[in-house]
Amino acid sequence: MDLLAQADTAVDGLKALGAGLGYGLAAIGPGVGIGLVVGNAITAMARQPESAGMVRTTMFLGIAFTEALALIGFVVFILLNFT
Amino acid sequence: MSSAVVDRSPERDLAFDMARRSLWVFPAWVVASGFIWGMGGALSSALGYVLVIGNLAAAAVLMAWGARTSPVALMGATLGGFIVRLAVLAGIVLGASQLSFFEPVPLAITIVASHLGLLAWEIRYVSLRLAAPGLDLQRPGKEQK
Repeated sequence: MDLLAQADTAVDGLKALGAGLGYGLAAIGPGVGIGLVVGNAITAMARQPESAGMVRTTMFLGIAFTEALALIGFVVFILLNFT
Repeated sequence: MSSAVVDRSPERDLAFDMARRSLWVFPAWVVASGFIWGMGGALSSALGYVLVIGNLAAAAVLMAWGARTSPVALMGATLGGFIVRLAVLAGIVLGASQLSFFEPVPLAITIVASHLGLLAWEIRYVSLRLAAPGLDLQRPGKEQK
């Protein structure tokens, strides 16, 4: 009985560990992607200031789509932790 | 950067337009969640919707502030904002998980579906012309704002 309880606790711990690691790892890719998007947007605005509005529109949408990957990691975190 | 261009805030326009458009779909989804998962499901869906809209609005406001200030501020606001917003989302959900109504499945579905759905829908209304960046208000056949 004790062994079963210990196994349950270990599974819960591993689930929490996996959820935390998954969320953290899922945020790395979008972080790099957002850095690339913003860096290139700033370069474009510096080279051609009159296109700043267009670049910012594209940048916002690009960032929002990239961030969807992090949100998917967040959803995995929710599902692993709370189901 | 030319101040006439930078003073306009296409990010804010897009984010608030997405929030406005989602008002048509959101009540139906909350009701559907209520039928499937009960009251907890409806409240969790509403929480997910608020998180997504709040996240987009916070990103837009931060980016608009950064773009008005300087390129360095834009980089900082965007990347710093990304980390802070993710932490805030996690904090809110961890806090909400202690509440009795919390249902993870409708919350998860709402977050992913509404974020991607709103973005995909918004692309139809975006103009990438130099003269009129941001929302496409003059496109023939589209609703006028």
